[in-house]
Amino acid sequence: MELVLSIGIGIMTGSGVWLILRPRTYQVIVGLSLLSYAVNLFIFAVGGVKSDAAPLLEEGVAVSTMTDPVPHALVLTAIVIGFATTALFLVVLLAARGLTGTDHVDGREQPK
Amino acid sequence: MSGWQQHLIIAPIVIPLVAGALLLFFDERERVLKAMISLVSCLALAAVAISLFRLAGGAEGFEGVYLLGNWPAPFGIVLVVDRLSALMLVLASILAIPTLVYALARWHAAGAHFHSLFQFLLMGLNGAFLTGDLFNLFVFFEVMLAASYGLLMHGSGSMRVKAGMHYIAVNLAAALCFLIGVSAIYGSAGTLNMADLAVRIGEIEGERRMLLEAGAGILGIVFLIKAGMWPLNFWLPGAYSAATAPVAGIFAIMSKVGIYVILRLSLLVFGQGASAGLGLNVLLYGGMATIAFGTIGVLASQALGRLASYSVLVSSGTLLAVLGLNNGVVTAGALFYMVSSTLTIGAFFLLIELVERGQDAGASVLAVTMEAYGDADEEEEEVEVGVTMPGTIAVLGTCFAACGILLSGLPPLSGFVAKFAMLTGMIGTGVTGEGPIPASVWWIVALLILSGLAALISMTRAGIRTFWASMEGTVPRVLVMEMAPVMLLIALTLALTVKAGPAMTYMEETVRNLHEPAAYIDAVMNARRAGVAEPSGPDGGGGI
Repeated sequence: MELVLSIGIGIMTGSGVWLILRPRTYQVIVGLSLLSYAVNLFIFAVGGVKSDAAPLLEEGVAVSTMTDPVPHALVLTAIVIGFATTALFLVVLLAARGLTGTDHVDGREQPK
Repeated sequence: MSGWQQHLIIAPIVIPLVAGALLLFFDERERVLKAMISLVSCLALAAVAISLFRLAGGAEGFEGVYLLGNWPAPFGIVLVVDRLSALMLVLASILAIPTLVYALARWHAAGAHFHSLFQFLLMGLNGAFLTGDLFNLFVFFEVMLAASYGLLMHGSGSMRVKAGMHYIAVNLAAALCFLIGVSAIYGSAGTLNMADLAVRIGEIEGERRMLLEAGAGILGIVFLIKAGMWPLNFWLPGAYSAATAPVAGIFAIMSKVGIYVILRLSLLVFGQGASAGLGLNVLLYGGMATIAFGTIGVLASQALGRLASYSVLVSSGTLLAVLGLNNGVVTAGALFYMVSSTLTIGAFFLLIELVERGQDAGASVLAVTMEAYGDADEEEEEVEVGVTMPGTIAVLGTCFAACGILLSGLPPLSGFVAKFAMLTGMIGTGVTGEGPIPASVWWIVALLILSGLAALISMTRAGIRTFWASMEGTVPRVLVMEMAPVMLLIALTLALTVKAGPAMTYMEETVRNLHEPAAYIDAVMNARRAGVAEPSGPDGGGGI
C-alpha cells in the first residue's frame, strides 16, 4: 500500500512539474491540478497509512490502532482551497485568452 | 483581567471579514455607502491595532494569547499577539488607510468588488500576523493571496491579466510547496502549533529531524518567494508594476509578510537547539544576491513603476541579508528599516501614478532612450526665467524628492536612520562582538551603500526627466484626495525620524523578546481558558 501510494504521488508530481513548465495555459492548469492531487495524497500519507482504522477515541481503544485525524482535516481544507484557486485561475486564463487571442502563457506566440 | 481587552485580539480578523462580507450585499452603484463602510472598517482596524500595540508593549494583566473556541493550546487554534505581530498589525492598518483614501478618488470605481477584496486582503494579512500555528498560516496566506489575485487584476486590461496570470501560477505552485512543508513538519514533529513545535524540536532525532528540516526548508522557499528573494522573484516586478496604484501601495506590505514569518520561525523554532541557525546562510547570501539584482534593476528601469518594483526587491534583499546575520542589534535596525521602507514604497507607488498622469504612457521610456542616443531638442531652450512652478507640480516634486531621499537612505528622513542603525550594528560594534569583522558583513555594507547610490541616481534621473525636462509640459490634474495620502505617508516617515529614539527602543525590546522564545512558548502553552476555574483565583481566564 505504501509503495503504491508513493509511486502514485511521485508519478503525479513528475507529470505536474513537467506540465507547469509547458507554454500553454491549459497545460499549466492541468499540471497544477495534478500537483495538488499529489500534495493532497502526500498530506494524507504523513499521518501514517492505515486501513480499517477509524479516528474515533473510545473506552478501551488503544491510540496506536487509530488513524491520525489531523491530516484528514488538513487535506479537506487543502482540497477546498485548491479547488477555489484552480477555479479562479481558470477564469483568469480564459480572460487572458480573450484579451490576447492566444493561449500562450506570455500572451504572444514564440517566433518560430 | 478585563475580558474585552482579550477579545481585541481577534478583532483585526473579524472586522475586515464582516465588513468585506457586508459590502457584497450592496450594489456597485452605491459607491458612497461602500466607501464609507470600507473606510470605517479601516479606521476601526487602525484603532484596534494601536490599542493592541499598546497592550503588547507590556500592559498589566494582558495575555497576548487568544484561544479560539476555548480549546487548550496545543490542540486548538491560537492567536498570539506579541510585540512583533502588534507592530506588523499597526503597519498594515496605517498603510491601509491612505491607500484606501487614494483609491476612493477614482480607482475603486474601475471594477467590481474593490472594497470587499481590499478588506479580505487585510483580513489575510492580519490573520497571518496573528496566527500561532502553521496550518492557519497557510489558510490566511491563501485568503490574502486570493484577494490579491482579484486586486491585481482590478481595472482589467491585457497587461494586468497577463501579469496576474503569472502571479497566480507562481503563487499556486508556492501554495502547494507550503502544504508539502507543513505536512512534512507535521509528519515528523506531530504538531503544527509553533510554540509546541519549538518545545518538541529538541526531542526529534535522526531521520525524523532530517524530514523536519527538509519540511522547514520547503516552507522557507514559500516565504522567500513571497518576500522576493533572488532567484525566486522574477514574478514580482511584472506583477507590482502592472497593478493599479492603490493596489501596488498595499502590496508593499505583502512582501513583508514573508519576512515576518521567516523572522518569527527562525527565532522561535530554529533559534536554539540542534537545528539552530537552519538556513541562515541562505538568507545571508540570497539576500545579498537580491540586493545586487534589485540594484541593477533599479538602475536599468525606464518606467517609474518598474523602478518602484525593483526598490521592493532591494528592500526585501536588505532585510533578508541582515536577518541572515542573526544579530540582535542589527535585527532591531532591520525592523526599523522594514517600517520605514514599507511606508516609503507605499507612498512611492501612489505618487508614481499621479506623476505619470500628465505624460504619455511611453514618454518616460522614450526619455531614457533619448538620453542614451543623444538629445535632439537642444535648440528648444526655454528662455522664460522666473515663472513660478504651478502648485501641483511643486507638491508632486517635493513628494518625489522625499521618496528619493527615503529610498536612497539620505538624511534627514527615516531611511537614513534605518540604514544608519543597521550599519552601526554591523561595523560599529561588530557582529561577533570583538575580533575582525567577517568578509560577508563588509559585502553587505558595500551592497547597502551601493544600492542607496543606485536609488539616488535613478531617482534623480527620473525626477529631472519628469519635472524639469518634461516633454509635454502639461500639468497633471491631481485631486487633494489623492495627494493627501501620499503626503500623510511621507509625514509618517518624518514622524518616525523625529521619534527615532522611542521607536528604536521598541524595536530593540521586540528583538530581545524574539531572542528569548521561552516567554512566548510559556504564554501559549499555559494560556488560561475562559470560564475554567483556575487554582490561582476566582476570575479564571478571559471571561465573556
